[in-house]
Amino acid sequence: MTEVGAAQGIHLATEAPEPEAPRRRRMSRRRREALLGLVLIVPALVVFVGFIFYPFLKNFELALYRTAPFPGLPDTYVGLDQIRDVLGSSQFWNSLWVTVLFAILTVPIGIALGLGLAVLAHQKLKGMSVYRTIFSSTVATSVAVASVIFGTLFNAQVGLLPWLGVDPKIPFLENPNTILGVFPVALVAVAGVTIWQNLGLSFILMSAGLQAVPDDLLEAAEVDGAGSWSRFRNVTLPMLSPTIFFAVIIGGIFAFQTFGQIDLLTQGGPDEKTNVLTFFIVDELRGQKNSGKAAVLAIALFFVTLALTMFQLRFLEKRVNYER
Amino acid sequence: MSGVVLEGIGKRFGDVVAVDDFNLEIHDQEFLVLLGPSGCGKSTVLRMIAGLEDPTEGTIRIGARNMTDVEPKDRDIAMVFQSYALYPHMTVARNIEFPLKSRNVPKEERAELVKAASASLGLDELLDRKPSELSGGQRQRVALARAIVRRPEAFLMDEPLSNLDAKLRVQTRAELVELQRRLNATVIYVTHDQVEAMTMGDRIAIMDAGILQQVDAPQKVYEEPANLFVARFIGNPPMNTVTGTLVRDGEQLVMQTSAGTAPLPPDVAAAAARDGVERAVIGVRPEHLVIGSEGALEAKVTVIESLGHERHVICHLADGQMVIIRQAADVTPPAAGSTVCIAAAPEHLHLFDAETELRVRP
Repeated sequence: MTEVGAAQGIHLATEAPEPEAPRRRRMSRRRREALLGLVLIVPALVVFVGFIFYPFLKNFELALYRTAPFPGLPDTYVGLDQIRDVLGSSQFWNSLWVTVLFAILTVPIGIALGLGLAVLAHQKLKGMSVYRTIFSSTVATSVAVASVIFGTLFNAQVGLLPWLGVDPKIPFLENPNTILGVFPVALVAVAGVTIWQNLGLSFILMSAGLQAVPDDLLEAAEVDGAGSWSRFRNVTLPMLSPTIFFAVIIGGIFAFQTFGQIDLLTQGGPDEKTNVLTFFIVDELRGQKNSGKAAVLAIALFFVTLALTMFQLRFLEKRVNYER
Repeated sequence: MSGVVLEGIGKRFGDVVAVDDFNLEIHDQEFLVLLGPSGCGKSTVLRMIAGLEDPTEGTIRIGARNMTDVEPKDRDIAMVFQSYALYPHMTVARNIEFPLKSRNVPKEERAELVKAASASLGLDELLDRKPSELSGGQRQRVALARAIVRRPEAFLMDEPLSNLDAKLRVQTRAELVELQRRLNATVIYVTHDQVEAMTMGDRIAIMDAGILQQVDAPQKVYEEPANLFVARFIGNPPMNTVTGTLVRDGEQLVMQTSAGTAPLPPDVAAAAARDGVERAVIGVRPEHLVIGSEGALEAKVTVIESLGHERHVICHLADGQMVIIRQAADVTPPAAGSTVCIAAAPEHLHLFDAETELRVRP
């Protein structure tokens, strides 16, 4: 034992005089790692700065300048005047209200339908994969395709559904664009198209959530005497709550950014009753060439979406169960 | 409480036969252990009793009722899962209460039953906690409390101790048996752990490849295994088995192996002659083998494993067959590499027909 101890002592003594070298090596390694880290985030940083941070800040600048009524004239700096004008206008409040209404129409129904289909497709039956493919297929459909399909269905001359929601007292030929020309049917119709188009995503999300519910739990509930509704309510739904919460958040954000179907189906009409915020912004920018007003609206949309998401995180998340 | 009867139960998944012609009667208030290696079909049997799997054929009776086609919720059984399957979003109290709530037991009665069940398992302090805030042992007790709270006809337990650490498992084993006695419960307990089976069961039902091999009291299974599978499966280290041929030596049949000739007890030899057994397997428990300077079989010592209180001497016969001898710690061990003679008293020999693998019974 003493021999071993002595040997260790000698060993330590020979090691001791050179503590500098490893420290220097360690420092330089740390610096090298930091440098490598910086190099690795540069591409992402360039993209973020160029396409997100800069436009975002530029928007605030644009909002301070009133666009000249004719091209070629300089924009005038008006401070907060333009922001006050736009946010105080009934046009903005109408657009915000339409957007909220659109979200209320699309998000809950979309999630409920997706969940319903996912529950149906979760059974262990033959040929179920065919149904799963059908249910999730709308995910591969673009907004444009969906809008064209439904626009054709709604068309008064050639569509299959031109009678939906139309006042029969109005002569047929005076309503060339029947469904999409009448409020509130137009908003409901566009919401319907959106729900249909998002159903695939909703179905896939809910299916993934369902598959993560352990079979053991459902079997335990079955043995414990719970019927199928009780199992769904007391086990499946609480276990799915994180998925549903996620779907509500992204569904809300999607709804507030809806543009394509409005652009292709209603152009914000009739009488601005489907003029959701994103369409309003694009219309101001491209149609009216009013970049100042569009910038104010874009900033408003940003804060509205932020507020909505924070509200959801603050109040809805309490009801979400993350325990596994 | 009442008994459970399985008559000609079979289960097929496509072409795979998981359980075949399974007949078993579990008596009222009995602790029956279903034992077998992984994939032998024991859990499938349990799940068929629970109603979570439909048998392809056969009848299941619980008490006097035919339950073959009855929904799990109407079978009046409780089950403890290997994963415990506690509802993660509910508190301990709500977990225990859930079976009562599902059966529309009035609220006041529910509160009392939950209190009684949690008290009997020492869970009073934990009622407001979520399962994620409990240790493995505590979760296991919650799962038990949820099972006992409504006094079902029978308890089904699917490897309930396998997620506990070794020390806790020993303790919980004893507690489970005590609980079963206290409740006078009928328990059907699935495990692959033979120590659990030997220590807990009134009877053990041993399964292999979907077929019931033997049902007997633990000691009887150990002392008189019905076939080679049971002989090799029960016991740790397992029973030594040596294959050989039965030859006539004067009046008597003896067993001839590559390492020598072993005498057989007269009644066993007579039974083997009666049944016309030629190729046979002789079995001896490791603790029944003695190392000496003279004995029936010669073997070479390869490894000696010391466990503190005992020693396992691992030897190989001339043709490579392995033999394990269990020695007390105070006996002088042979040297590794040496050649020894091993012998066993004839009454400790088990004889199996090499063709049918069945025990030769006098």
